[in-house]
Amino acid sequence: MTTPNEYINTVGKAFEKFEASLNGSKSTFLHELRKESLAAILKSGLPGPKHEEYRYTNFGKALEKSIAYEGIVAETAAASAPTPLDSFEGYKLYFVNGKLDASRSDLGDLSEKVTVTSLASAVKEQGDLKEYLGSIVKSWPDAFSHLNTAFAKEGVFIRVKKNTILDKPLYIIHSNDTSATEVLAHYRNLAIVEEGSQLKVIEANFSTGANTSYTNTVLEIFCKKNASVEWSKLQLENETALRIDNSLVYQERDSKCTINTITLSGQMVRNNLYIALDDENTEAHMYGLYLIDGKTHVDNHTSVDHRKPNSFSNELYKGIMDDQSHGVFNGKIFVRQDAQKTNAFQQNNNILLSPNAVINTKPQLEIWADDVKCSHGCTTGQLDNEQLFYLRARGISEDKARAMLLHAFAGDVIANISVGPVKEYLEQLITDKIEN
Amino acid sequence: MSKDNQILEELTKSDYKYGFHSDIETESAPKGLNEDIVRFISAKKEEPEWMLEWRLSAYRHWLTLKEPTWQNVTFPEINYQDIIFYAAPKQKISPKSLDEVDPELRATFEKLGISFDEQKRLTGVAVDAVLDSVSVATTFKSKLGELGIIFCSFSEAVREHPELVKKYIGSVVPVNDNYFSALNSAVFSDGSFCYIPKGVRCPMELSTYFRINAMNTGQFERTLIVAEEGSYVSYLEGCTAPMRDENQLHAAVVEIFAAKDAEVKYSTVQNWYPGSKEGKGGIYNFVTKRGLCSGDGSKISWTQVETGSAVTWKYPSCILKGDNSIGEFYSVAVTNNYQQADTGTKMIHIGKNTRSRIVSKGISAGKSQNSYRGQVKVMKRAEGARNYSQCDSLLLGDKCGAHTFPYIDVENPLAIVEHEATTSKIGEDQIFYCNQRGIATEDAVALIVNGFAKEVMNQLPMEFAVEAQKLLAISLEGSVG
Amino acid sequence: MLKIKNLKASVEGKMILNGINLEVKPGEVHAIMGPNGSGKSTLASVLAGREDYQIEGGEVEYIGKDLLDLSPEERAREGVFLAFQYPVEIPGVSTTNFLKAALNQVREHHGKPALDAVSFLKLMKEKMALVEIDQALLSRSLNEGFSGGEKKRNEIFQMAMLEPKLAILDETDSGLDIDALRIVANGVNKLKTRDNATILITHYQRLLDYIVPDFVHVLYKGRIIKSGDKSLALQLEEKGYDWIKEEADTVSA
Repeated sequence: MTTPNEYINTVGKAFEKFEASLNGSKSTFLHELRKESLAAILKSGLPGPKHEEYRYTNFGKALEKSIAYEGIVAETAAASAPTPLDSFEGYKLYFVNGKLDASRSDLGDLSEKVTVTSLASAVKEQGDLKEYLGSIVKSWPDAFSHLNTAFAKEGVFIRVKKNTILDKPLYIIHSNDTSATEVLAHYRNLAIVEEGSQLKVIEANFSTGANTSYTNTVLEIFCKKNASVEWSKLQLENETALRIDNSLVYQERDSKCTINTITLSGQMVRNNLYIALDDENTEAHMYGLYLIDGKTHVDNHTSVDHRKPNSFSNELYKGIMDDQSHGVFNGKIFVRQDAQKTNAFQQNNNILLSPNAVINTKPQLEIWADDVKCSHGCTTGQLDNEQLFYLRARGISEDKARAMLLHAFAGDVIANISVGPVKEYLEQLITDKIEN
Repeated sequence: MSKDNQILEELTKSDYKYGFHSDIETESAPKGLNEDIVRFISAKKEEPEWMLEWRLSAYRHWLTLKEPTWQNVTFPEINYQDIIFYAAPKQKISPKSLDEVDPELRATFEKLGISFDEQKRLTGVAVDAVLDSVSVATTFKSKLGELGIIFCSFSEAVREHPELVKKYIGSVVPVNDNYFSALNSAVFSDGSFCYIPKGVRCPMELSTYFRINAMNTGQFERTLIVAEEGSYVSYLEGCTAPMRDENQLHAAVVEIFAAKDAEVKYSTVQNWYPGSKEGKGGIYNFVTKRGLCSGDGSKISWTQVETGSAVTWKYPSCILKGDNSIGEFYSVAVTNNYQQADTGTKMIHIGKNTRSRIVSKGISAGKSQNSYRGQVKVMKRAEGARNYSQCDSLLLGDKCGAHTFPYIDVENPLAIVEHEATTSKIGEDQIFYCNQRGIATEDAVALIVNGFAKEVMNQLPMEFAVEAQKLLAISLEGSVG
Repeated sequence: MLKIKNLKASVEGKMILNGINLEVKPGEVHAIMGPNGSGKSTLASVLAGREDYQIEGGEVEYIGKDLLDLSPEERAREGVFLAFQYPVEIPGVSTTNFLKAALNQVREHHGKPALDAVSFLKLMKEKMALVEIDQALLSRSLNEGFSGGEKKRNEIFQMAMLEPKLAILDETDSGLDIDALRIVANGVNKLKTRDNATILITHYQRLLDYIVPDFVHVLYKGRIIKSGDKSLALQLEEKGYDWIKEEADTVSA
């Protein structure tokens, strides 16, 4: 179940170095949390190919590098390149190689009822941080989340105070530039959306350069009573990027949360999404698209945990795999004994475009309550020949017809992103990708 | 036989003669498992050397394995050194009439509608002359013999048809396949062997015969079915009557080999002792069943109705190697009280245009846990492969669990795989509607459950479908109220 | 046969029936009419024993027994039949099988032997003609994919099979076209004897052209506010419910 000891030794040693680099900040609760998490990894090890949750996605030797803390952390932020999102209206935070680029970030006229700050400042300024940071990870532990907790230093803290609606979306834009050296980032985001408040975030990841970038990130979202959150992840890195993205959501009564995960490139991407519906009348939506080619490997593991009655979850993940790309989907729905009257729906549809593409999908229902309506459906196939023929019979070329149908297939997912410019941007990206 | 071999054989024989001199005369092996026990079993069955070697290699492999832990069931650790691995069928003290049989058991027979004659056979009551099971069996056998069909006990097959057994044993479930199949390969007690020659359509359900002789197959049963080109056979294992076996661990192996255009239909009704209402005792049923659609156009269809056993762990599978071959899996698994079932299938699509269909209906009641676990794997070469899976769970009461673990792995872009699953409960409005027509709640549940499972029940041979329906109702007794 | 005295019932804490008084004798046909939400269907459900409804007071005597004391299936076996407003679908269970189970349990209750397959089939054929229902429909899953008219006809067919003493038809006419209505009404009329009684719950006078009631009651706010003969139904058809509502509201004010 665990990886060889040498990895583990590397983790231990890396942590010692990391600790030394922290200077004075070792006495905070955060550091206690780091040590706890380190102990947890040392005990469990990192998941190898025999680990059920990672059987299709083996970071293997790459892990060894990613956790060898020394040497690959760029201490200075390179100047960040322009991104297609720059002109979109909203608050912006730019990170380059895992470090905040304050010169380009723009929080403009952010309401005083909304706090957006660095994790480091939050540790000093937010008295109640201790109650939140790492608490969802504890109920859904994963070796990589622990690894992040042990090593993360950078990240964004967001708090939206009671009954506040953030007027514009917040963009968190990461660019990794590995042209000079490899890049490692363990960043950590935390959002607390208080009662009756609303938040929209677009988190985008770009990368350039021929060296490998390693990202292992954790996001925790607390959706308080009647709060509403939409968080979209745009994973657009290049073919040398390794990414493990852990997103964990905790929802209180009457809250609604939507997580969109769009992966169009990268070398190896693993998304772990966990949503705990811990009170009545909660609603969770999970939408995902993996439209990949080359040798890209994308693995989406989602879990929704219905703990209380009358909650609703809806999940739609779609994949298009070309060339030698490899898609993995695993969707778990848990309905606990107390969670009567749960409605949970899950759908996963896949299209393989090449004889060398692979999909492994495993929808999974675990139900302990009886008065529930749960279903999952999952298909793997190709474009509908009848539909293709219909389009061609109307004079559309086969290539164009194919592109239209693929676009429609992927469009189902993108349609759920409510931020107009982002949706349009993605639609263009998808069109370009399909037509090329 | 050359002289050297003769000497060798004598030497080896005398070897275990010394080791078990006194025991050879007795009916049982001592507790525990080691190479000598394997030799003892083989000797007891007067098996040829190759069979012994086969068993020993299985045993040696077993030693290197660990009991699997991935399934969604929990049970106390099994002490393999505390099990008697061989006991010849004992001449039990037969009850003289049905009046001496446990009334609870008899009540169940009544509910199932099993005839008196059959009840007598099942409980071991001395059978009267008119219905002599041996003569019935013989009649069947001669009829089958005319067609060249071989249908006999596994031991007999090893003696009478060694070339066939040697060729096919372990060809579908290799010795090193898994922990329990390795164990079975080492110590299997007996079982059935069935061979359908080329182009022959077996004219009867092999169930009837089997049923008569099913009683003393032991806890490590082994079945091998070989269907030659263009042949057909329908086979039924088990019966609806409750089985009160003393042996807690059952680790059977079933292998099916289907040549070109051959079709094998295998139906199982499993109603072993599920343990008490409080979850004490009950059988651990760890079975490896696999069929190989070896030839083009072959078809293997599994149908199972699982109501018994405390813990069930079984995945009747099809390896679809031949082009255009077909695999089917129809399953109803009922769990009540503290039963646990982790069952499903594997469909491995290797050949082109292979098709598979999975219909699984899980019903959980009481404090039981019912899991469907399945895999549909489409290999690179399996162009045009198609699978359709439907896994439905029905929950009765709020203390039980229903779980679905389907693995879908596709490596060919021209394959179509569809999977659907639902979980629901019996609706109160459905029960009320039945009540209003005068049907008591418990009967209403039985009616609805049978409706839920109908698609699978329809696959059973007619004579068993009726009993199996009643069996579902009996298994769920006391689960609603 | 049926004596309802001051019956009060609530659902989810809300009072729906506020003191119903009604007596039904063998051979009688009673029509209960009233505007939407007056409690008509609740009355039907309470008489059949649906557990979602809380009895808040009053009593119901049926052939000398305390009806409220009996379970739904005991009521059915004693001859209370409810034709449902929305017959439920039961996938995989054919109407034939369902009815066989029902009929034999009712027979068993009355100490009669179960019908064998042949006699059951014979009985079924006979009753099928009554409601002009097709055999194919009966071998399909109970009510699954049936049209509205097919469901209602199936209800009357079941009634014919079970030969109840007291039949309660809950809005059996709503949503039926005129041909279906005629078939249903015809069935009900043919099943009428001197010993059984029928309660028709309906919103429309139309049904009463085909099944002539001996009494018509108007239900409003959980009470019977007016009773009369079939002319009352005609009056309602002509004038609507408003005048009668006003009358009732003035009295209670």
